[in-house]
Amino acid sequence: MKRLSLMVVAVVGLVLSHPAFAALQVDVNQGNLQPLPIAIPDFISVSGAPAAGPANTAAIPNIAQVVRADLERSGLFKPLDPKSFIEHISNINVAPNFQNWRVINAQGLVTGQATLQPDGRLRVDFRLWDVYGESQMLGLQFTTQPATWRRVAHMISDAIYQRITGEKGYFDTRIVFISESGPALHRQKRLAIMDEDGWNSSFLTNGFLVLTPRFNPSAQMIAYMSYATGKPRVFLFDLETGRQEKLGDFPNMTFSPRFSPDGNLVAMSLESGGNSDIYIMDLRTRQTRRLTYDPAVDTAPSFSPDGKQIVFESDRGGSQQIYVMNVDGSNPHRISFGEGRHGTPVWSPRGDLIAFTSVMSAQFRIGVMRPDGGGERLLSNGWQDEGPTWAPNGRVLMFTRTAQGGRGSQIWSIDVTGRNQRRVSTPGDASDPAWSPLIQ
Amino acid sequence: MKNFVVGPMAVVALSLFVAGCATKAPPPPPPPPAVQPAPPPAPSIVPGSAQDLKVNVGDTVHFEYDKYAVLEQDKATLQRQAAWLAKWPNIKVTVEGHADERGTREYNIALGAKRANAVKEYLVSLGVSAARVDTVSYGKERPVCTDSTEDCWSQNRRGVTIIASGANS
Repeated sequence: MKRLSLMVVAVVGLVLSHPAFAALQVDVNQGNLQPLPIAIPDFISVSGAPAAGPANTAAIPNIAQVVRADLERSGLFKPLDPKSFIEHISNINVAPNFQNWRVINAQGLVTGQATLQPDGRLRVDFRLWDVYGESQMLGLQFTTQPATWRRVAHMISDAIYQRITGEKGYFDTRIVFISESGPALHRQKRLAIMDEDGWNSSFLTNGFLVLTPRFNPSAQMIAYMSYATGKPRVFLFDLETGRQEKLGDFPNMTFSPRFSPDGNLVAMSLESGGNSDIYIMDLRTRQTRRLTYDPAVDTAPSFSPDGKQIVFESDRGGSQQIYVMNVDGSNPHRISFGEGRHGTPVWSPRGDLIAFTSVMSAQFRIGVMRPDGGGERLLSNGWQDEGPTWAPNGRVLMFTRTAQGGRGSQIWSIDVTGRNQRRVSTPGDASDPAWSPLIQ
Repeated sequence: MKNFVVGPMAVVALSLFVAGCATKAPPPPPPPPAVQPAPPPAPSIVPGSAQDLKVNVGDTVHFEYDKYAVLEQDKATLQRQAAWLAKWPNIKVTVEGHADERGTREYNIALGAKRANAVKEYLVSLGVSAARVDTVSYGKERPVCTDSTEDCWSQNRRGVTIIASGANS
């Protein structure tokens, strides 16, 4: 992936903040019942065109539209219809008339300007205002190549989200997933990648069945499972070079890979004589270490954020359930004791929760529990919802939703509060999403 | 059970037909039945071919939900496979293990591996060399039936023996 050359400058507030009115905030963890009304007028377009040509503001993209869509999708904000706006923002260096925004019930206001510079780069300035506190909460300036303007929009969304909720955002991220096409009995599956909002999608593989992709912590490498060599095996895909590599040389199946938080290890299942156990490979030495020795199914390993523990699933107790062990394989203990089976555990990047798939006969739902197994809650309510992946802030999950009767799979998202369940935009049917960390 | 499903559908179709007749001119008489051509002669199956294994021996066995033990009812099929492999010593096979949709993706990959291996072990117990039998799991990725019903699930929980190399053609 191309790295974004980007300059971010904090802009000093134009208006001294009123300490008495620091009221504009949203609590992510409560699952906001009332999304915060926020006004985001289209940014002012300015072309500092070279002398040769006329000013071409038509070439300046609509950044505000992307920010509005990002914040709306989060379920925590309600971007107001620009048609309701009374005041036209013509100069972002002048404080707005806050009364004009209170009249339309906006609590937050975002003003911005996009300038196409003579050197061809795009400069974007924006400010976040507290309409009732009559103060500037945030002011930032970005300079970038015009081609990466959507990333700037997502970074602005992340900045607004973080300033108002106190949590890091997740808009400047990517999703790697399996793109599905063709009839149900002859499904074609391809590795694909897209921005978090569904834009900029592209296919990475073609022709062989591929499953369960996962990002490494730098979002430059993907571990996935492919049938390219006949048997399912774990492969690595380097996004910078496009290089694909079979991970290790094992006689049998390898599957269900996941990176350690430092990116140096891959935990995965190796099959031998029909039995699957969990191993760790060190990507620097290519040495493998076996962690489980059970004749039952042991798979779906996921590291704790401190890298010291691994949560996994096993049917060693008679049915598929979730276990936690130390990273050296010691002290494996079952943590899931709720109704039904539990599989595909994934440790939250915050460490506070483990997301999983609840299996009750044929119905699958996404749930979360604490790492000690307590506080189990089921969140989603589809026919078969499986394979959760965490947003980098640990407050939103994506997963695969499969309709009954082979009618295909889509990617959905839901807040960890159980609210804001919605379909994620993908080009066609899709499954097995994996959420990247925030792009650096 | 199936008759109860077909019955109401037939009634609906009939009532629509009657309703159509009530408001419109009678439909034109049906065309005379076409003379059915004789079915083409079944192509002769080459002994020792993939078709031979599939049609004359039987390539598929089934499993119970979330289980991987070879069922009594399928042992005859596997015994025919073992005898057939003894007859064609140059043939190598791969046993595919499959699962129904009622398991998560990775779990079903693991379950399919257990099923494929159970078939392999049974063939080996009948004297087939282990070196001639490979295994692969497709989990729930290659269904033969897509309805979310027990009938369909039972068809998808299967082990399929396919020729990897050495077939006659």
